[in-house]
Amino acid sequence: MSATTITTADEPVQFYDLDEHAHPEGHSTMLGFWIYLMSDCLIFAILFACFGVLGGNYAAGPAPKDLFDLNLIALNTAMLLFSSITYGFAVLQMQQGNVRGTQIWLAVTGLFGLGFLGIELYEFHHLIEIGATPQRSAFLSSFFTLVGTHGLHVTFGVIWLVTLMVQLGKHGLIAANKRRVMCLSMFWHFLDVIWIGVFTIVYLMGVLR
Amino acid sequence: MSADPHHHAADGHHEIEMPHASMRDYVIGFVLSVILTAIPFWLVMERPFSNGATAAIIMIFAAVQIVVHMVFFLHMTPKAEDGWSLTSLVFTVIVVVIMLAGSLWVMHHLNTNMMPQVHDTSQLP
Repeated sequence: MSATTITTADEPVQFYDLDEHAHPEGHSTMLGFWIYLMSDCLIFAILFACFGVLGGNYAAGPAPKDLFDLNLIALNTAMLLFSSITYGFAVLQMQQGNVRGTQIWLAVTGLFGLGFLGIELYEFHHLIEIGATPQRSAFLSSFFTLVGTHGLHVTFGVIWLVTLMVQLGKHGLIAANKRRVMCLSMFWHFLDVIWIGVFTIVYLMGVLR
Repeated sequence: MSADPHHHAADGHHEIEMPHASMRDYVIGFVLSVILTAIPFWLVMERPFSNGATAAIIMIFAAVQIVVHMVFFLHMTPKAEDGWSLTSLVFTVIVVVIMLAGSLWVMHHLNTNMMPQVHDTSQLP
């Protein structure tokens, strides 16, 4: 673990930095997590492309116009938007070193997330009940895949939120927990960014078609 | 191996640099998002414009809102992580644009050229 192997008698000529330099724990976590989110973004991009290609193939089945209730989608969008700002409040509380406040705002965020999931599940249930199942047409297959994948991400986000609240309760605002709060912050806001694409392209453009 | 001479430097640098969030950022981001969400929904529900114009407007609003989220909620700056965050974002956006535009383009041409009923067989040589 030293650079002695390439030292000559005269002088230590080093072309490579063989000594390990300081890597504080978690110093690259934020960038790594960001790159993960970018790869997640590619998954969603593929699903968006599928929807873009297949979204008009109704197979003589129901079209978006017949299926989507924009009031419900507006409510759903509001849920995610509110959860975004409440997560922001959690981060602000964390910056002030307030464990309780962080946990409370995380809990509020989680409730908005659950509200979003509840509305989405209600919508899916309603669609399947009236026969608009994923098997019905290519449009519905790609719709359920895209929106379902987003919903699945939100589900995991809520699970992560609960885990984080437990971790905060156990260890307080240690460096590792702060890092986790910031990572989940990126994840949560990223899901909101994806949702902008979903409500615009799937719902609003769908109803316009 | 762990007891290296740089350990003190690591300790001094222990507080990992995190984007500093402020109440102002979140409130501005939230208000802009609400406006940028409400207008497209209103346009599609009330239809004051033609379908084509409405589609163009809501796409622009979505693009602007994505930027707003990136700046005010995800704290994206050109300097974050020495610029690597932005670099990876730009790379991803390029890949996504090529992939989306390419898929839609190719599949559109396939649809228009390969549909059996489109061609009039009597016109073929």
